[in-house]
Amino acid sequence: MFVPFIYELRAREVPVGATEAVALARALEAGLHENSLDGFYHVARAILIHSERHLDDFDQAFLKTFRGVEVEAKKLKDELFDWLKEARENLPELTDEERALLEELDPEELERLFNERMEEQKEKHQGGNKWIGTEGTSPFGHSGRAARQGIRVGGKGKGRSAIKTADARLYAGYREDLTLDVRQMQLALRKLRTFTRVGGDEELDLEGTIAATAKNAGELEVVTQPPRRPNTRVILMMDVGGSMDPFAHLCSRLFSATKKSSHFKELRTYYFHNCVYGRVYETERFTDPIRVNDLLHECGPHYKLIMVGDALMAPYELMSPGGSIHWEEDGERAEGIVWLMRLQKHFRRSVWLNPEPQKYWLGNTIENIASVFDMYPLTLDGLGEATTHLMKSK
Amino acid sequence: MSQPFTRFQGTDRYLSNESLESAVNCALVLERPLLIRGEPGTGKTLLAEAVSEALGMKLIRWNVKSTTRAQDGLYVYDTVQRLYDSRFQDKDVSDIENYIELGPMGKAFDADERVVLLIDEIDKADVEFPNDLLNELDRMRFVIDETQREVAAKQRPFVLITSNAEKELPDAFLRRCVFHFIDFPTPELMEQIVHVHHPEMEASLVQQAMETFYEIRSMKRLRKRPSTSELIDWIAVLKAAGVTDVKLEGNLPFLGALLKKEQDLVAFADQLTGGRRWRS
Ligand SMILES: Nc1ncnc2c1ncn2[C@@H]1O[C@H](COP(=O)(O)OP(=O)(O)O)[C@@H](O)[C@H]1O
Ligand SMILES: [Mg+2]
Repeated sequence: MFVPFIYELRAREVPVGATEAVALARALEAGLHENSLDGFYHVARAILIHSERHLDDFDQAFLKTFRGVEVEAKKLKDELFDWLKEARENLPELTDEERALLEELDPEELERLFNERMEEQKEKHQGGNKWIGTEGTSPFGHSGRAARQGIRVGGKGKGRSAIKTADARLYAGYREDLTLDVRQMQLALRKLRTFTRVGGDEELDLEGTIAATAKNAGELEVVTQPPRRPNTRVILMMDVGGSMDPFAHLCSRLFSATKKSSHFKELRTYYFHNCVYGRVYETERFTDPIRVNDLLHECGPHYKLIMVGDALMAPYELMSPGGSIHWEEDGERAEGIVWLMRLQKHFRRSVWLNPEPQKYWLGNTIENIASVFDMYPLTLDGLGEATTHLMKSK
Repeated sequence: MSQPFTRFQGTDRYLSNESLESAVNCALVLERPLLIRGEPGTGKTLLAEAVSEALGMKLIRWNVKSTTRAQDGLYVYDTVQRLYDSRFQDKDVSDIENYIELGPMGKAFDADERVVLLIDEIDKADVEFPNDLLNELDRMRFVIDETQREVAAKQRPFVLITSNAEKELPDAFLRRCVFHFIDFPTPELMEQIVHVHHPEMEASLVQQAMETFYEIRSMKRLRKRPSTSELIDWIAVLKAAGVTDVKLEGNLPFLGALLKKEQDLVAFADQLTGGRRWRS
């Protein structure tokens, strides 16, 4: 029961190792779970999980292992101790630190304490979905200062059971694939950085000055050079509104990460809705339009183009001329897909970042757009690959 | 570790639940730091006060800023003061100890009783900051280089570390901590929190204010969604101004207490008037 649980977690790439198992053994030894499966749920979660992204994995693993199962306390703890003993001997991937932890831990002692506690509670055993029962001895004695009982939501025992809690899958929204913070994005975007030394405004070349001065037998010889300047120009175009709303938060993070990056020579941001037609807009509210043809005129092929959107739309929006109902002017009626191809052709390097999970990329307009642009998922890995792609020379 | 200890069960001013209490108690018993993550306003900082109050342990705060270094938490050596004093003859500049000031972590180790050490908003500091703390958090001791004095914890403090949800902490750091993620309060919990702060408030106004609050929170494209503190402040101004009912409409009274960013006020107005301006 316990071992499958641990492996279920590991299969979900939750980093559970000896460090966590030892801590859990200690907590169980101290009786922190108060002898109930519900208590075990909270204790195990606090100890085994280190990030909200894994809370959903924990819930799923917990359900898979414990739902509808009569949990037998003795077996669970036996397994935990066996696993720990074994871990010490034959887990090759143990870090030195984990090994030291296991050395420090005396499994026999732990086991003895655990067995004692089991004995004490034999008579109170209640079976069912409860671990040992709900009225076991508690590790919480009354030392000197007495704690005041605070206000607690739901009250003890009235809260939902562990299985119900896990089943609610409250943390599905925090899964790794959905979270990406500004700083991580900034780090990924740093790869886009290139520098040149051109132009006026001389600055002191310290190393050059030292070298020259030394050569000059200590007579000060000042050397200057043009300052290092960032040399990358970036155009960021984002789809907003409609089906992009669920990703608004993610996109605004990408936006601020890009804005905060001080290493671009120039950054232009534009917005569009669903697909690009003749114009893109300078504001999220679709004011201040700029004609795409003018834009291509202003910005040479050396600009790096980053498109952001879910690429999901009704096929006619992509495939028929002026698919947008708003677009009929300037004799520039062309299909959405044609506008996208124009953009892609113009720039030497471009990518499309898609917040939609990759498994939904087939059999819809995403597939069409991905055949025009090199498409990457808007995840940390995806962003990393995208920036690498943007930096390749062509 | 096996001796009985007093467990944490919340206080009459701090609402808690089984899962939060469980995490606090794990950290207390295992003597590991407790890492609390959650959106701003979910009561992370307040938890330190609650634990300190409930268990009668002194609270030592360390508010992390972008410039904070790990060393600041241990001690600072005031060389400038020493140099300054050396110009006059009235102070004993030969004793460096006079110029060593323990930081929050140093004080927590040096205390005679077990204390609560709050390391608040760890994500504000440099990326390397948590790594720099690892050693001292583990060993709970350090040596003052200048005097060779060792400061060692007599009782391992209860270390509570808070972080706003969005920042990654290094793995090695995470694995040493007991972790708890505080959810944004459900309306039921929020009602109780509001009640703790405004006990004599009229139920109908609280109800209306809460409904409006959650509706605004669910709006799209907000850069900073209002949180608990904003709601509590907003209700306080409503009360002070004698407002008796609120409805979600254009001229919502004291909207500025809930939405503080210009763009958010725009987004709010947009969504309220035009409904959805884009088809999907
Ligand atoms: N569980 C709670 N019980 C009582 N008040 C709370 C609770 N959670 C949040 N609050 C209220 O919200 C305010 C903000 O809490 P704070 O601890 O500063 O949040 P954080 O540190 O998570 O940003 C508190 O001052 C308090 O008024
Ligand atoms: Mg805080």
